Amino acid sequence: MNDMIQTESLRFAYPADEGQKPVYALRGVDLEIEKGSFVVVLGHNGSGKSTLAKTFNAVLLPAGGKVYVEGMDTLDQELLLAIRQRVGMVFQNPDNQIVANVVEEDVAFAPENLGVPTEEIRKRVDAALKAVGMDEFVTHAPHLLSGGQKQRIAIAGVIAMEPACIVLDEATAMLDPIGRREVLTTVHRLNKEKGITVILITHHMNEAEAADRVVVMDDGRVDLDGTPQEVFSQVTRLRRLGLTVPDTVDLLDRLRLDGWDVPLDALSVEDCAAAVAGALK
Amino acid sequence: MLKDITLGQYFPGDTPAHRLDPRTKILLVVLYIAALFTAKSFLTYGLMALVLAACVRISKVGLKALVKGLKPVLFIIVFTGILNLFFTPGENELWAWGPFHVTDTGIQNAAFMVLRIMLLIMGTFLMTYTTSPISLTDGLERLLNGLKRFHVPVHELTMIMSIALRFIPTLIEETDKIMSAQKARGADFESGNLIEKARALVPILVPLFISAFRRADELATAMECRCYHGGEGRTKLHVLKYEGRDYVALALGALILAGVISLRVLGL
Repeated sequence: MNDMIQTESLRFAYPADEGQKPVYALRGVDLEIEKGSFVVVLGHNGSGKSTLAKTFNAVLLPAGGKVYVEGMDTLDQELLLAIRQRVGMVFQNPDNQIVANVVEEDVAFAPENLGVPTEEIRKRVDAALKAVGMDEFVTHAPHLLSGGQKQRIAIAGVIAMEPACIVLDEATAMLDPIGRREVLTTVHRLNKEKGITVILITHHMNEAEAADRVVVMDDGRVDLDGTPQEVFSQVTRLRRLGLTVPDTVDLLDRLRLDGWDVPLDALSVEDCAAAVAGALK
Repeated sequence: MLKDITLGQYFPGDTPAHRLDPRTKILLVVLYIAALFTAKSFLTYGLMALVLAACVRISKVGLKALVKGLKPVLFIIVFTGILNLFFTPGENELWAWGPFHVTDTGIQNAAFMVLRIMLLIMGTFLMTYTTSPISLTDGLERLLNGLKRFHVPVHELTMIMSIALRFIPTLIEETDKIMSAQKARGADFESGNLIEKARALVPILVPLFISAFRRADELATAMECRCYHGGEGRTKLHVLKYEGRDYVALALGALILAGVISLRVLGL
């Protein structure tokens, strides 16, 4: 079995006001997320991407269909802790997910909950802080750190559970560009070095460039699904969904409209420059 | 002005007072309070003041910080002092005017009351100054552990306490932000009488409460995502352990209490 997470015609509705029909935030999502992959989920506000993320570790339970985490059904109450230990979640606001007022105590929170022995907690805390490059801050107070640093502490707090998968639910949305880069480099490294599956929910297109796979959500369904090159070359379709394309693709698209023969799948600045240079020859 | 709040403030350090187990410090404060309420003479109060002075010296916490802690309760101290001074009946009346009587017992009572409150507050503050909030709640949880048998939610209460302490700086920061935002729109918090000032606080408190509730909701989800499921089966990163110095400190504390009690029995 090679799937980290699998959903089957997943539907979800938030409770509606009395007399109103429930509005479905997810209306039939079928996804298989491979182990060890780096998947970016894109979509504009209200597309259902955050709702989808919250079904991955049983914060929200499907109203129809199924979600399996390494084959475990999220509807099974008995498996709740096991599922949450496998799939860690990092949220948008770093302040609202830090529990303790000392960094090491916060990182230790999850292993403490899981009943890990004291010496093992110490090891896990040190390893997790090292993995996110925050090992100098063991005894610092979290509220004095920058946004990017706080978010890395939150990631360390999740890694200390030794999960197989980390879901970042718009975890970069409240950060400045520097903080965003810190968080992205950290998760890319965790993905490469530790083989942790990363699911990054975002509305920043350029965060999707280095992903293995991009899933675009619209109106509670998966609209586009493929490699970044495949997805971003669908420029008109993305624009119709209210999403901006990366600047590189935007440039190439304009050049094509003017009759230049350039490929649309050069995502990075280097590739784009090479493509333009090639067309000019 | 918000930065002045000293509640739960902790001065990091590495003195014997800092290294003591938090449970020891809580128990010592209990012994200290018991001794303070037993004391009935200048001799015993003097003794207690000496004990406190020694503790302050050991902890290397500046006396200034301790005196600053008295500021919020200054009114209570002055009020009880005056009450005792003017309204204690006694045989030796020194001065009288209408309902006010100053007697020699009154003067003595007033002095004792003021001393008692001051020593009480400075002693407890010394504990919070030398103990980090986390180890304090940890110590409290361990000390009250026995009450779990009587269905007292000890873990939940101490969890609430430590989260409240964790969010104090965050909420203070947020209050500052809201105040600046309101000031930028012309809100006036400084002038006007008491009622006007209180009314000016409403536009600060409403957004503060709304955001606090939203924070609580998000924090609860984040805690659940990190497998929080109550105190059952929880382990700890730092396990509290009594050391030799803890036993010595507790023995000393007990000795002082015994001393104060025997002095009282002897009528001194």
